[in-house]
Amino acid sequence: MNENINVSASPHIRNKLNTSMIMFMVIIALLPATLFGIYNFGIRAALIVFVCIVGAVASEFIYEKLMKLPVTIGDLSAVVTGLLLALNLPSSIPWWIALLGSVFAIIIVKMLFGGIGQNFMNPALGARCFLLICFTARMTNFTYDGVSTATPLAVLKSGGSVNAWDMLTGFIPGTIGETSVIAILIGAIILFIFGIIDGKIPFAYIITFVLFLILFADQGRDPYYLTCQLCGGGLMLGAFFMATDYATSPITDSGKILYGICLGIMTGIFRVFSSSAEGVSYAIIFCNLLVPLIENITLPKCFGKGGEA
Amino acid sequence: MSKNNPIKALVNGLITENPTFVLMLGMCPTLAVTTSAINGLGMGLTTTAVLVLSNLMISLLRKVIPDGVRIPAFIVVIATFVTVIQLLLQGYIPSLYESLGIYIPLIVVNCIILGRAEAFASKNNAFLSIFDGIGMGLGFTIGLTLIGIVRELLGTGCVFSVRVLPQAYEPLTIFILAPGAFFVLAFLTALLNKIKMKQGKPTGKTGNCDSLCEHCSVEGCSGRSISVEVTGGDK
Repeated sequence: MNENINVSASPHIRNKLNTSMIMFMVIIALLPATLFGIYNFGIRAALIVFVCIVGAVASEFIYEKLMKLPVTIGDLSAVVTGLLLALNLPSSIPWWIALLGSVFAIIIVKMLFGGIGQNFMNPALGARCFLLICFTARMTNFTYDGVSTATPLAVLKSGGSVNAWDMLTGFIPGTIGETSVIAILIGAIILFIFGIIDGKIPFAYIITFVLFLILFADQGRDPYYLTCQLCGGGLMLGAFFMATDYATSPITDSGKILYGICLGIMTGIFRVFSSSAEGVSYAIIFCNLLVPLIENITLPKCFGKGGEA
Repeated sequence: MSKNNPIKALVNGLITENPTFVLMLGMCPTLAVTTSAINGLGMGLTTTAVLVLSNLMISLLRKVIPDGVRIPAFIVVIATFVTVIQLLLQGYIPSLYESLGIYIPLIVVNCIILGRAEAFASKNNAFLSIFDGIGMGLGFTIGLTLIGIVRELLGTGCVFSVRVLPQAYEPLTIFILAPGAFFVLAFLTALLNKIKMKQGKPTGKTGNCDSLCEHCSVEGCSGRSISVEVTGGDK
């Protein structure tokens, strides 16, 4: 008997990578953006990050204890949700709003729909939009260096001029984690190197978005305007970290591209035609709802089935 | 379960088959007008008035209305009463008329009213139908008022326009917008189901049945519990 022949049931290819390992890598990849946010906005940003993470983990723990479910905070997904939510909040937000947001993200968006892997919508973005509707004034009040200022995207929308270099490096007002494109790209490269995320969604997203601007925006043929649009707002953070969330993105390859295209079009519509300057979070949660439909039409046919009917 | 006494008809509408939390009927006004407690109460009472009157009228006419045209006949009766109520509201409570707006004429197509006409009033005598109308109407009113109270409390800090929460409370605007209606309805329904489950009302014993399907009286199981046990074992 040859020892190399091993008869067993599938799966035959196993990987040491598990949920907590993936989540840990995502946290590592988010660290550059987080640290830059704390450096950019000061100690207050650190407080918001801390409150969000603790709030998310604690609410998952308490919910699971109350419902007598197995406690799953060890998989670190609640930490990622809390961290992503914090990166999507302005640093001037009161701590109790951040706490409310993280409780909403975990309890309403994630746990009530069945916990990790069952949520139909990105919990962090669901909570961000909840807070955006509840506390519109506070959520769009961005202070930078102690002064209340408009984000570059809002300036761009109203026809003003902005500094693309500052937008690339991140020394601009905005939410805690979205400002520095460089920090986010460092994180994205970490995710690519370790194979945590797949390039199809973010690149389909960004390319579609650029094409949309070229076709429909008034200044769309201006490369400087395009650069500013790409570097501004939550586009980079959304494309690499939130649109690629496993539970709320399609699993099929063609589905991923289709999903990215939908995201690009929606973001373009929100940014060009709506009254607000930013629309990445609404675009992503809207496309999250399309994911079951996208998976339905892109599901590969079983061998021997389908084809010419 | 005989529904032949008025008390039973009342309790049935208020609790056992509460239109808002159990039957889930009339969701359109439930979600749309409950932005404040007073709107919920107003809508509920308006619907109750229409429901009682239409139940009475349809029950009296039930022998006269031919079966083939019963739905149009019901609608004519209901629409008549809705028009009457609408004009009365416009004349005497203009503020409520303003805030309910299009949802007053839409009471005509409220499925509770047509549903009770079809399911109850067209089969029972006038006396019982009135009680069924009162029970269902009050059940609907309670449902709408509860949702309205919670939404107004969280969304503005007031209840019936009286400030309840301290000035420092920052209102969660989402609760007086459309998504808030869904949140509140879902949570109240879940809460009531929880309370009902605590009271231990048996909802059928699917899951642990020990008799053969032919002798079983549980509806809605269709042999599923048994077949799971059998096929689960041998594979």
